[in-house]
Amino acid sequence: MIKEVFITETNCITPLGFDVATNIQNIVSYRSGIELHLNSSLMEKPFYASIINDDQLNEAFAKVSSSENFTRLEKMMILALQPIVQKSKFDFDTKTGFLLSTTKGNITDLKNPSDNNINNVYLHQIAKNIADFFGFKTTPIVISNACVSGILAVSVAKKLIQSEMFDNIFIVAGDEVSKFVLSGFNSFQAMSDLPCKPYSINRAGVSLGEATAAVLVSSDKQNAKIKIIGESAINDANHISGPSRTGEGLFRSIENALAEAKINPNQIDYISSHGTATPFNDEMEAIAFNRLGLEKVPVNSLKGFYGHTLGTSGLLETVIGIQSVLESRIFTSLGFDEMGVSQPINIIEKNENRNINYFLKTASGFGGCNTAVLFQKIN
Amino acid sequence: MEALKLELKTKIIEALNLEDINIDDVNDDDSLFGDGLGLDSIDALELIVMLDKDYGIKLVDPKEGKNIFQSIETMAAYISANRTK
Amino acid sequence: MKKNTYIKSYCTIQNNEIILNGESIFKSKSDLFSDFSKKAYQNFEINYSKFFKMDNLSKLALLSSELLLKNEINSDSEAKIALVFANKSSSLDTDVKYQNSISDKENYFPSPAVFVYTLPNICIGEISIKHQLKSENSFFIFEDFDSEFMTNYANNLLSSKKADKVLCGWVEYYNEVYKAFLYLVANEGKIDHNKHTLELLNKN
Repeated sequence: MIKEVFITETNCITPLGFDVATNIQNIVSYRSGIELHLNSSLMEKPFYASIINDDQLNEAFAKVSSSENFTRLEKMMILALQPIVQKSKFDFDTKTGFLLSTTKGNITDLKNPSDNNINNVYLHQIAKNIADFFGFKTTPIVISNACVSGILAVSVAKKLIQSEMFDNIFIVAGDEVSKFVLSGFNSFQAMSDLPCKPYSINRAGVSLGEATAAVLVSSDKQNAKIKIIGESAINDANHISGPSRTGEGLFRSIENALAEAKINPNQIDYISSHGTATPFNDEMEAIAFNRLGLEKVPVNSLKGFYGHTLGTSGLLETVIGIQSVLESRIFTSLGFDEMGVSQPINIIEKNENRNINYFLKTASGFGGCNTAVLFQKIN
Repeated sequence: MEALKLELKTKIIEALNLEDINIDDVNDDDSLFGDGLGLDSIDALELIVMLDKDYGIKLVDPKEGKNIFQSIETMAAYISANRTK
Repeated sequence: MKKNTYIKSYCTIQNNEIILNGESIFKSKSDLFSDFSKKAYQNFEINYSKFFKMDNLSKLALLSSELLLKNEINSDSEAKIALVFANKSSSLDTDVKYQNSISDKENYFPSPAVFVYTLPNICIGEISIKHQLKSENSFFIFEDFDSEFMTNYANNLLSSKKADKVLCGWVEYYNEVYKAFLYLVANEGKIDHNKHTLELLNKN
């Protein structure tokens, strides 16, 4: 008998709030975390991004710990996990896993390489720092798989519980807006001069963002918020930075997830897509969704609220998606104005009520990776 | 212009790591993308960086690149006309 | 009942030497990885010009996977070979290279060709592209090769039928210090697939 797997706790730390409820309040008010920033240490000219306020971050962290030893990203991660850990009622033993999802971790420490700093750049080290803070006993598992990392972590956790390696798994995802990443996206001409416009005709690229998100994945049905019923992560095998023109990897990932969940595409009630607002990504998604007959399913990209939060995005957007299911309401694809993809898709243009039984989360990333996870409402 | 074309061929082979292509193999009017040298989208972005770094030309609209980078011939002509270094 | 799984073949690359299924099949006196990898590429007649655009991590991954995948892929049917890789340093070797290219305000020319390799999973993408593997794939980071996790994860992919075979690997590269230990897990083969045999094979 294959074990059932659930998400039982969620949390997020974002420019829209340091808990899920505050984030939802701001989303309901159509408030975006994307603002114009003038910070020459990050970028010479002003740029739009969604960045957490340092004073607010430090103030919140001071309530949790007086330690001076954590990096900015580690503080964000600890704040995300902390309430979830506090609520948990089981002992942290060999059946309690810990997954950390990030693309660049403490990359800002590369600027001033010293022995201590370079050590912090190792992703297993940031995971160890977080694990030690909370007293997790098992070897931390780090997922670094470009922009699908956050949702891939959920898929990996589900596999690990079904294979009985763990009973409970804490997941935290995090990435920062850094000069390293800003300059890189710029070199790809992939950053928009204005706040991003997912799926829109004049979309011009991403707005970067930073956030952390955390969930508890468990076989415990009693406290379940949602059930994980299918997942797959298929590579395009096409190009290392551009997506497949036929959306092949994403198409197969969703198809596999549906097959595992034993449901049809027409049963999906809502899709939280990747929607980074680059010309190629959004077009690819529209093609993949149409190939599966998903063109009528309400879909949103949350990148207009949070920017592209890289290794956090898949998990953060899942956390918000879970709220959509719990509260029976779907949120607008902020930033979208005029349809700009060649195939029709049903973009959510305003916040509205909707009952959701089956929710699909997708993501895609550099390296040709894609991930699709299907969730089912607990009745 | 001939010296520039030779310089471009050398630079492109080196900057884009075209290991199995010799300068002699590259004709001035061979298409750089598609069937000719087979450059891809990342190569195009690298050429934009090269224009800036080596010739002081900042492309305002990267879509212009399609015409400029058609061949060594078109690249040399554009650089000659617009270089600031 | 849990089905047994097996290691069909394995390859180790370190110290300028390539060892396939326990036998040394290529050795070079070169000190630098760029020279060694070029010689290996030529020796095995890989004939794939994109190789030279790759960063060192991707070159290492491609070389070590090439010898294991050569006999597994035919044009008749699509191979359902999952790719599960891990290392310690992520893409740090290229991260440092990229960081250096943005450190000097006077000489500020961020390179997209370098930036794209500042993600460890790109090496998986390169292998997928070369062999047209539209399959399950994921990249993990551990301080050391975690045989228990890798065994568990690969077995799960096979038992859930999400893959017919799994190419697993530890592909570590940082500043000229490198090791690749790749192995193909399948439902039939000569060597039992479990954490003990993996640790034994990895030690050599």
